Amino acid sequence: MSTLLIIEQVLNGLQFGVMLFLMAAGLTLIFGVMGLINLAHGSLYMIGAFAAAAVAGATGSFVLALGAALAVAAIAGALIEMTVIRRLYGKAHLDQVLATFALILIFSEGTRWLFGSFPLFLDISDYLSGPVTLPGGIQYPLYRLTLIAVGLLVGLGLWLLIERTRIGIQIRAGENDREMIAALGVDIRLLYTLVFAIGAALAGLAGALVGAIQSVQVGMGEPVLILAFVVIVIGGIGSIKGAFIGALLVGLTDTLGGIFLPELFKLFMEPGAATQTGSALASMAIYILMSLVLIWRPTGLFGARA
Amino acid sequence: MIPERLVNWVVFAGLLAVPLWAIVVDEPFTITLVTRAVILAIAAVGLNIALGIGGLVSLGHAVFFGLGGYAMGILAYHAQTYTSLDLFGMSLAGTKSMPIIWLVAVVMSALAAWIIGLLSLRTSGVYFIMITLAFGQMFYYFAISWSTYGGEDGLSIYVRNGFPGLNTLVPIQFFGLCFVLLCIVLFLNARLQNAPFGLALNAARQVPTRVETVGLNPMRLKLVAFVISGAITGLAGALFADLNRFVSPTMFSWQLSGELIVLIIIGGVGRLYGPVVGACLFVALEHWLGALTEFWHIYLGLILLAIVLFARGGIIGLLTGKEGAHV
Repeated sequence: MSTLLIIEQVLNGLQFGVMLFLMAAGLTLIFGVMGLINLAHGSLYMIGAFAAAAVAGATGSFVLALGAALAVAAIAGALIEMTVIRRLYGKAHLDQVLATFALILIFSEGTRWLFGSFPLFLDISDYLSGPVTLPGGIQYPLYRLTLIAVGLLVGLGLWLLIERTRIGIQIRAGENDREMIAALGVDIRLLYTLVFAIGAALAGLAGALVGAIQSVQVGMGEPVLILAFVVIVIGGIGSIKGAFIGALLVGLTDTLGGIFLPELFKLFMEPGAATQTGSALASMAIYILMSLVLIWRPTGLFGARA
Repeated sequence: MIPERLVNWVVFAGLLAVPLWAIVVDEPFTITLVTRAVILAIAAVGLNIALGIGGLVSLGHAVFFGLGGYAMGILAYHAQTYTSLDLFGMSLAGTKSMPIIWLVAVVMSALAAWIIGLLSLRTSGVYFIMITLAFGQMFYYFAISWSTYGGEDGLSIYVRNGFPGLNTLVPIQFFGLCFVLLCIVLFLNARLQNAPFGLALNAARQVPTRVETVGLNPMRLKLVAFVISGAITGLAGALFADLNRFVSPTMFSWQLSGELIVLIIIGGVGRLYGPVVGACLFVALEHWLGALTEFWHIYLGLILLAIVLFARGGIIGLLTGKEGAHV
């Protein structure tokens, strides 16, 4: 096993982790501020991807497509917040799970009705495709490298927004005491809609960015949603820092496990059985990681409250 | 408003009457449809013990459903491949026998529920929902990558497993078998609800601290409930696999876990017949709306949304004018 391969896989893991972070950040923000568990977050990811694919198909511009993904997902998020989600704050988790499950059904079938069951493809602009040579002579796709950069920038932006701006102060205050900040004259309903739209926009962006390396299809959101749940459970629900570290852990474990576990088992098993056992174990690796974290710390790595 | 007892009797009579009517007018497919509803009802009755009485929102009950399914699939697959070597046809009654398969399914899912429960019950609230969801995914991906038993394609069992004295391939006989099991499970559920254990569990859902101060361990109550719940859902999984004569990783999928909760909510949480009403309505919707439009899930979603937002007690709650248990 060469060092080149290892570095390449680590980069792949980082890229995967950073995209998971975009999803997980929105989920954890929405849970932290509004106490809402949102299963429909995967649908917003799908909506972003479809909006991007439709705009890219019509205009041919990848940048416009990304803009459309952000805008459409944010608008869809704001709309469902105002019509459905708003009624769920303070209700039992079971109600939230069911209502957002219902939203998944509606969005998935609605998208299938609009776009059909066949996957769409989203092409990357020429200036982002092709490989680059990294120091040490590693050839790596420029697009994946861009994804890592975009993810890190968005993470930084989110941190600045929450720690350094007035809105961020209001969001943090809303997490701690919603009555108090409402009494201080902050429009809490508007703030909640805004937080939900930000989370939705991040999910839509992730969908569009990942949609360009995979295919855009109905049901693409749910596997990512569940991984994002694993991420925020590991990181501690409500913590953006936890979501970031959890996302990188999950991304790296999943990518590296898929490559290295079968190799590891080959050391002491015959190749056929080793590949089988290794890949079976690799597909379960992140869930095993999550169980271990929860046994050690039942509220996740950075979770303050249950 | 209609008394709940009357609603229960009407549902019970309806479940028996529809297949009998289907025999008269010779529509075997209707019997299969009702059988499907009965099996889903068994699974949901199982989940209702954890969810409705114990307040454990498990989004991973597909694990037990799938384990039951694979218990049937694996046992029957071995019998099937063994007999393919045997010139005298299906002579291996041992592993094609339903009672043995049910026993294995129940024991395996109870064991899994015990382990998953031990780990998951350390957490509560949203963490519990998510960790059960993650366990479901773990089994799902394991089933996909386990190519010995079909991997992603699943396993086909060509002949339905047998039950002593019955021809299970006749739809009405298989229906009868499932219906009797549903009655047993409902009876157990009713007994459990009124037994000291059920009352303590109910209390542990509402005020765990008080339960603790009278010297009971809420964790243990919930764990036992989770194990019973998993075992019943596992039994339903084995029956479901036998109904379709097919097992695949979709039995482990999280959509299935979600649908089981949906069944309970449509019918009414924590009510004895809630899961039964929910399962019947779900299968009926699936059949009728599915025939009308390919996109029937949109309507299911809208109905579900309406029930969650406006009719907390589900259908039984609407009929009897009482809200259900608070979870």
